Amino acid sequence: MKILVAVKRVVDYNVKVRVKADGTGVDIANVKMSMNPFDEIAVEEAVRLKEKGVASEIVAVSCGVAQCQETLRTAMAIGADRGILVETGDELQPLAVAKLLKALVEQEKPALVILGKQAIDDDCNQTGQMLAALLGRPQGTFASKVEVEDGRVRVTREVDGGLETLSLATPAVVTTDLRLNEPRYVTLPNIMKAKKKPLAVLKPADLGVDVAPRLETLSVREPSGRKAGVKVADVAALVDKLKNEAKVI
Amino acid sequence: MSTYTAPMKDMQFVLHELAGLDAIARLPGYGDVSTELVDAVLEGAATFSGEVWGPLNKVGDQQGLKRHDDGRVTTPKGFVEAYAKFVESGWNGLRFDPAFGGQGLPKLVDTAVMEMWNASNMAFSMAPLLTQGAIEAVFLRGSDSQKQRYLHKMVSGQWTGTMNLTEPQAGSDLGLIRSKATPEGDHYRIQGQKIFISFGEHDLTDNIVHLVLARTPTAPEGVKGISLFLVPKFLVNDDGSLGERNDVRCVSIEHKMGIHASPTAVLAFGDGPGAIGYLIGEENRGLEYMFIMMNEARFGVGVQGLGVAERAYQQALAHAKDRVQGKDATAPKGPSVPIIRHPDVRRMLMSMKSRVEAMRALAYVVAAMFDQAHRASDDAERNTAHAGVDLLIPILKGWCTETGVEVASTGIQIHGGMGFIEETGAAQHLRDARITTIYEGTTGIQANDLIGRKVLRDGGRSMQALLSQIDAVCEQLEAGDDAQLHAIGARLREGSKSLADSVRWILATGMQDLNAVLAGAVPFLHLCGVVCGGWQMGRAALAAQRKLAAGDGDAAFYRAKVATARFFADQDLSRARGLAEATMHAGASTMALAEEQF
Repeated sequence: MKILVAVKRVVDYNVKVRVKADGTGVDIANVKMSMNPFDEIAVEEAVRLKEKGVASEIVAVSCGVAQCQETLRTAMAIGADRGILVETGDELQPLAVAKLLKALVEQEKPALVILGKQAIDDDCNQTGQMLAALLGRPQGTFASKVEVEDGRVRVTREVDGGLETLSLATPAVVTTDLRLNEPRYVTLPNIMKAKKKPLAVLKPADLGVDVAPRLETLSVREPSGRKAGVKVADVAALVDKLKNEAKVI
Repeated sequence: MSTYTAPMKDMQFVLHELAGLDAIARLPGYGDVSTELVDAVLEGAATFSGEVWGPLNKVGDQQGLKRHDDGRVTTPKGFVEAYAKFVESGWNGLRFDPAFGGQGLPKLVDTAVMEMWNASNMAFSMAPLLTQGAIEAVFLRGSDSQKQRYLHKMVSGQWTGTMNLTEPQAGSDLGLIRSKATPEGDHYRIQGQKIFISFGEHDLTDNIVHLVLARTPTAPEGVKGISLFLVPKFLVNDDGSLGERNDVRCVSIEHKMGIHASPTAVLAFGDGPGAIGYLIGEENRGLEYMFIMMNEARFGVGVQGLGVAERAYQQALAHAKDRVQGKDATAPKGPSVPIIRHPDVRRMLMSMKSRVEAMRALAYVVAAMFDQAHRASDDAERNTAHAGVDLLIPILKGWCTETGVEVASTGIQIHGGMGFIEETGAAQHLRDARITTIYEGTTGIQANDLIGRKVLRDGGRSMQALLSQIDAVCEQLEAGDDAQLHAIGARLREGSKSLADSVRWILATGMQDLNAVLAGAVPFLHLCGVVCGGWQMGRAALAAQRKLAAGDGDAAFYRAKVATARFFADQDLSRARGLAEATMHAGASTMALAEEQF
């Protein structure tokens, strides 16, 4: 079976981001960019399924600027077979990405689409769900275990009350949680091989998708700093403060 | 615990702007090398060094090694697994011939990666360093069947390699080697004792390939009677499987000041019937073969100095930002501040940072020269690069290791009393760095090599070529109207003059009074190091200024580069005149006392 994995290029998780002076967004000029960690888990899962003989081909997809090719090369160094970049310099919101992915799913016809549950830049946690809805196919989000058997996908999900297990008919959409797997270290020979793997570049228009933003960002601000704590005299004073100042009890 | 993050931005700056990665990538045989590929390789190595090797640095230092009664040596907890991952990830073969499973990447790229291994875990990095030296020897002088039998597994790292030179009575003077090699059919029987054998015994791999210097029965005395032998720990069958245990045993391991996780073995060859060894190349040419690798080995140790210094800097920087102590001198009534606000702490951090960057620039530039010396299509280009490498190797080895020790020591100073406490981890870097000025030729030996073989022997010609390159950079720095660049240019000009004066003096004095010249050899080596460091920092400032003028990239990074170059010029290059005086006047007093007066 074929697996399609979506990977996003985001600010590296080690970078301390700053809000732009004019409040229009986060300053990402000259900061280190990497693959979204949840997407790395998605690629790893697909590669493991291929190594088990379940998957036959892994296609990595990224949407965004030309440098997303590097992210796709990383996916191919982990083990994806080829890459597709939908190249655009425009702002991409989750709905636009979901529409682009839908168009690619219709072309590629994968049995399984694996995505990170969310990206660490905007933390939206929407693309996978939107994609499943647009495709009209089942979804298993926040997966901590994925098994494929008899044309169905068993997904164990981390939910508030514990673990939930779903059995999905394919084609299906799965989004990965942190504990699904631990991505491998890329090997030097695979880094070398990755640059020889095919990478196709398309434009949103080639897929007939309008990526114009539907949401408008009004302003972006730093969270206010933490205030220093105070010492209270006794329990009564603490209860009083919780009741009247913090208003939490 | 201190962490290590590879300084990717500076590495990339040096690779592209100073070492000319693009030109190296165009050399014959490097067709697959592109900027994107190098970025991906460096990213991969950065992750591996930071996550796998880095955390084991302190573990290795504290646990050290254990030698068991049966001669086995076990490495600290986690090393076996980490080494297995290292082999599995294919890093060991980075620069070797694809015919033996390598990836055939340039030495320039290998150097950036080696810096990461050294900085994240210098003791651990000894394993690949020694293996790579052994691979080089077998590759250059081994027979086809030796290559086929041993190289694949050495290139992958499944087997490690060692270099067995030193004996108790034969240290820097290898002419005194006594180990014997007696011919027996298609092989020899080796007998003797070797000391200071790094990774001579360990539990990381199931075989170890020892390269051993020994004398055949008919060999002439001295350095012309030494041959090189390949002595595997386990004999290797024709089908590549492991056979009998060879007659070589680890009789002890040393207790050392640093690199505690690197086993330094005393090896006994031939306690029984004699260890089976196979001649590499021809008899009596062993030392010559070792010298082919000498430049590579000395270069590798210079990069260790750079790596440890970078690690020490990262730890000191984190402490200086974190430790709150004292008031800002200009706001005595204000709150207590992190010590990075104090000018003297800042001076120490800048001295660490500027020296690390200068060392990195010089090391990568020399690495690029190695690539040109091996691969350039034009004879003249290859020869020029060769001459450059030969001249710069003793400078790089001597200066980067001496500076590495100083930087690690400054790192302790920034920590104050905590730096003297072992738990802090700052002391480890100094203890680890301390060996680098000693092995592969002490600083004194590098300095003598520099004066004897690299300056006197060619009448100062290669030095002249270097000086004219440096003067060309001075001219560029002085050309524009940038005050920072002018200031750097003036210091570099003064450094270049001091160096030229010293070279003239050495050439004039060397023939009549060799002792006077050799007494000043180490100050001269330091002088060369500082001027070469200043030369590269001058080039770095020019490149950064070009980027700033073009409005290209990260302006804050480039401004910092110019300021760092300025710091190096004012604080280190300014010492060039003093070092020149020390060089030229050492003879007046150094040998003045009779031996009895000591």
